[in-house]
Order: sequence, then structure tokens, then C-alpha cells
Amino acid sequence: MAVKTQNPKAWLFVLPVVVLVAFNALIPLMTVVNYSVQETFGDNVFFWEGVKWYEEVLHSERFHAALLRQLMFTSIILSIEVPLGVAIALAMPKKGFGVSVCLVFMALPLLIPWNVVGAMWNIFALPDIGLLGRMINGMGIDYNFTQQPLAAWFTTILMDVWHWTSLVVLLAYAGLRSIPDAYFQAAKIDGATPWAVFRFIQLPKMKRVLTIAILLRFMDSFMIYTEPFVLTGGGPGNTTTFLSIDLVKIALGQFDLGPAAAMSLIYFLIVLLLCWVFYTLMMRHEAQ
Amino acid sequence: MSEISLRELRHSYLETPRTEEDWALKKMSVDWTEGGAYALLGPSGCGKTTLLNIISGLLTPTEGEVWFGDRNVTNMPPDQRNIAQVFQFPVVYDTMTVYENLCFPLRNRGIPQTDVDRKVREIAAMLDLGDMLPRRASGLTADGKQKISLGRGLVRSDVNVIMFDEPLTVIDPHLKWVLRSKLKELHQRIGTTMIYVTHDQTEALTFADQVVVMHEGTVVQIGTPVDLFERPRHTFVGHFIGSPGMNVLPCVIENGTPLFAGQPVSVGHAIGPRDGAERLEIGVRPEFVSFAAEGIPVEIVKVSDAGRYSIVDALHGGHVIKLLVPEGESVPAESAHIQFDPGHTQVYADGWMVN
Repeated sequence: MAVKTQNPKAWLFVLPVVVLVAFNALIPLMTVVNYSVQETFGDNVFFWEGVKWYEEVLHSERFHAALLRQLMFTSIILSIEVPLGVAIALAMPKKGFGVSVCLVFMALPLLIPWNVVGAMWNIFALPDIGLLGRMINGMGIDYNFTQQPLAAWFTTILMDVWHWTSLVVLLAYAGLRSIPDAYFQAAKIDGATPWAVFRFIQLPKMKRVLTIAILLRFMDSFMIYTEPFVLTGGGPGNTTTFLSIDLVKIALGQFDLGPAAAMSLIYFLIVLLLCWVFYTLMMRHEAQ
Repeated sequence: MSEISLRELRHSYLETPRTEEDWALKKMSVDWTEGGAYALLGPSGCGKTTLLNIISGLLTPTEGEVWFGDRNVTNMPPDQRNIAQVFQFPVVYDTMTVYENLCFPLRNRGIPQTDVDRKVREIAAMLDLGDMLPRRASGLTADGKQKISLGRGLVRSDVNVIMFDEPLTVIDPHLKWVLRSKLKELHQRIGTTMIYVTHDQTEALTFADQVVVMHEGTVVQIGTPVDLFERPRHTFVGHFIGSPGMNVLPCVIENGTPLFAGQPVSVGHAIGPRDGAERLEIGVRPEFVSFAAEGIPVEIVKVSDAGRYSIVDALHGGHVIKLLVPEGESVPAESAHIQFDPGHTQVYADGWMVN
């Protein structure tokens, strides 16, 4: 075993990064921590409240409901986007002219600003003038996402799938393309079925990129704000009010800075914790 | 098991090959006898892998037929041809254990588990993989993985031919030798036809009974290592095999005797009249050139010590002739005379040996 030499000077070299991180992350975060333990009035008058806001948020039914909606939304879109993305990546052409065409088409939704996506789908899905809304109603199904919770969920999920499946496709496709031909040739010689090729070659080789895809989609969807805000505004009622929408309502709508700050921190810790759990689970599987 | 014959084979990767250069494999007919150990030798890009993939069925030839015994397999996919192939980079199924990897080709063919188990254990023992069976295949070293890919071919009892596509490329030098001897041993033990693709002459000459030398899509010579050394049928074989390669010197034929820069060279037999349009050359290996009291006058330009012998560069008429001088024999200082061994000197017309 090599003995680790400790050189205190090394910290000097890390200092610039520490300063940078302090300015763009730690200091803003600390102001939030500051708000979360105090009652704030106008004219910069503060009262110490301790953990009162945390207790309030953790016991609030409103927070529980938003968290539950958030978890449901994220698990639904993950369970659609990941398999769908992999399926599309598998079906994409491997060489020739079609590759660039497919890649460009796949990348398009990712290039559209989030609020534009929300606005597009809002108009697209309107029951009276939107193409999608008119079509669904034309098929004899009563559909109005501005009034029916189920329709609102359906539209939000459809929008997210449309917007973000491409990310999974692109990552999965990159993973698939990096598999050397010899694997497929060996599988052919071994008499493997297409399912066995997928199960024992393609899926294991895609694991790393899929881990990244799942993590990214998890984080992004868990923090989703703009698109549902523009599409449904969190409604009808509170049915599509996800955590970030609820947070903005409390912070800027009601101007309850203390509870909002406490909620931000809890929200942040939940994202951090779940990412860590995801990552550890997937890496542990890798190590075996 | 059966003989493999390639009949009037030709292949191009282009849709519509026009010129001769468009053909990755020029027209060839080759027979591989049952149970032989063949090496397919040639520089990178000469068509070795193309030829191998045509035999294994990963590629369908543009023209010609592939026969396994009395079956025409030209259009059959690899899994129906009963072949096994080991690739340049080891292919293992990462998520499976070594045992499961070896079972895979058998299970895909619906063979009962008791037979699978017996066969896998037998082959694993042969490859010294016995104690690694429960381990995950992804954790093995490159040579272990390469043994698994080989094992997946060996477990099958229906295999006609095992093909190796530069299998030792990623193996550490000191293990190459071990693995190569293992292959040779396995060949003697199971007697399956083996075709070993390589660009390394040492690998080819030590592994194979018959070496197939390829150059620019053509099979230039098939022969035993001794044939290739003593009677290269093409100047390319002379260059490519042997270190240093064969001396190839321009010549003209006069009255049945080749003349190199005005000096007559004996090749042991008379050469018939040539039409004059071809490029005529003399080929002689450095091993068969020696200093003599009389012969071709040369000037010594360089002597390199290669251990058990010295490589001498001698100059005559602007052409460098290399010769080997065994350790302990003296090398003349500046000018000398050299002679070619008539039994090992050949005349080549446009690269091909003239009888």
C-alpha cells in the first residue's frame, strides 16, 4: 500500500473553485437557509422561528399532495420515455442517409424553448380550436384538458413524452452504435435470437448511457415547471400543480418567504436523495 | 466435418464494381481439406477478413459459391453453417458468468441441460477455465475472454471449421505464445479444421500446416511454411515472409540465362524465351547469398549485427543485395564477390515465378 502524502498547499489550488462555487451556489443557498428559519416582514424586519416552517411544510397536506403528484408524474414519464426511447433507438437506421435525417428529427423537440413547448401544446390540445383537441373530440371522446383532471394529466404527459423521449433516444442510440460489430456476428454464429441479442448484448452495453438518461430525465421531470405552467397553469384546480409550481405559488403568489424557503430546501434534499439512491443502485448492479 | 471449397469466388463491397480495383477479393478457387490447420496471411487490407467472413457466412459473395462437403452453403446464414469464429477483440456476454457464456450456443440450439453441462465442463477443463466457471465473464483478462470466445466454438460438436480473426491482437506478448501453443494442442486433440487469420508471419508459420498468403485480394500462394520460404511463387511472398525479405533484382534473359546488371546468374535450369513485355526479376533470399572467390562483384555498404548472424548490404550496379553471414564468419571489408545458390534462386515475370 502506498502511503498517501498530505500536502496542505494543495488546498490553495482548490481555492479558486471554492470561491466560484461559493458565489454561484453556496451563498444563494445560504440566503434561502436564512429565510427558512425566520419570519420575514417588510422593511427587512426578521423574527427567528427556528424549525417552525420545516415542521409546517412537512405536515402540510398541500405539500404531501404536490409531492405525490410529482412522484406519480415522474414515474409515469420515466416508465414511458425510457422503454420508448430504447425502442426508437433500436428501430433507427444504422447507416446511410437515414441516420442524419432521423437524428435531426429526434433533436428537434429538444431545441424548442420550454415555454414555447407549453404554448404549442396548449393551443394544439384546445378542445375547440386545437388540432389534437378537435380530433379526440371528433372520435367521440369528451376531452377538455382545461376542465378534466384526467385529460390535463394525459396532455401534460403526452407533452413531456414528445419533448423529452428524444433525449433517451439519442443517448441510447449512441450507446448502441458503440457496440462493435463482432458482438452481433458472434451472436449470429452462436445462434442467438433477436431477443437474446437485445437482452445479452444491447441492453448491457447501453446500461451506462441509460443510467445517465434515467438520471437526467428523473431530475428534469422532478423539477418540471415551465411546460405544465404554460399548458395548464397547475389546473384544473390543483390537479397538475407539481412541486415547483406549488413552490412558486407560495413564494411569489402568497409571498410566504419562510415556508417557501423551507420547502425549497426540503425539495432540494429530496432530489438529491433520490438521485443518490438511483445512482448507487445502478452502480452497485454494475459492480457485481 | 467436411471439406470446404470456394468455387470461382469473387467479392466486392460496391453495388456495381467496374474496374479490377473495385473487387475486394479477386476471382479465386480454394479448397480447404478437412482437419487442416490453415493460416491466412497477408498485410492489412488484403482481403483476409473478407474471405473469412464469406466462409463463415457473415458476408455473401458477389460471385461464386461456397461448398461445405456436398452442401452449397453460399446463401446460408452463419448459424446454419456450423462454424465457429473467434474475433480480434474478445466477445463475451458481459452479464453472464463464464459457465453461462459457454452454455449459450448450446442452449440456443435447444440441447438438453445435462448434455450442455457435461460438454461445457469438458471444454472448460481443456481451456484451463475450470475454476473460473462461476465468475462473471466481464471480470476476466483479455486472454481469458478470448478463451471463452474460443470455448463457445469448441463446445459445439457440430462445428465444421473454427475461424480465428487475428485473435491474439489484444493479448499481452508473453501470453501470445502460451495461447498459440494451446491452439495448436487443441487442433491436434479435436482435429477440427482451423483457419487462422493474421498479418504476423511468426504466428502463421508456427500455427499452420498450410499457409495461404494473400495480397491485394488475390491468393498468391498456398503452401507449407517450407514451401513459402524456399520457393516463393510470387515476389510478394518473398518480401512478406522472412526477415529480411527476399532480394528482388531486375534482370534480362539471354540465351536461357538470366543476366542481372550484365552478370549471369544461374537458376539451375534454362529459362525459355520471354515475349519481352513483362517485368523480369530474379529473387533470392539473403540466406542463399554468400561470399565467394568469384561471382558478382559488390561493394559492402552496411553491416548490421542481428545476433546469430549479420545482415550485410552489398551494392552492385546501383542495387542493394542483402545477404546473411553467420556469426563468427568474417565479412570482407569493402569489395568482394557474391554468389547466389542456384537451387534457391528464381526468376519472376511480373511478380510470378517462372518455372
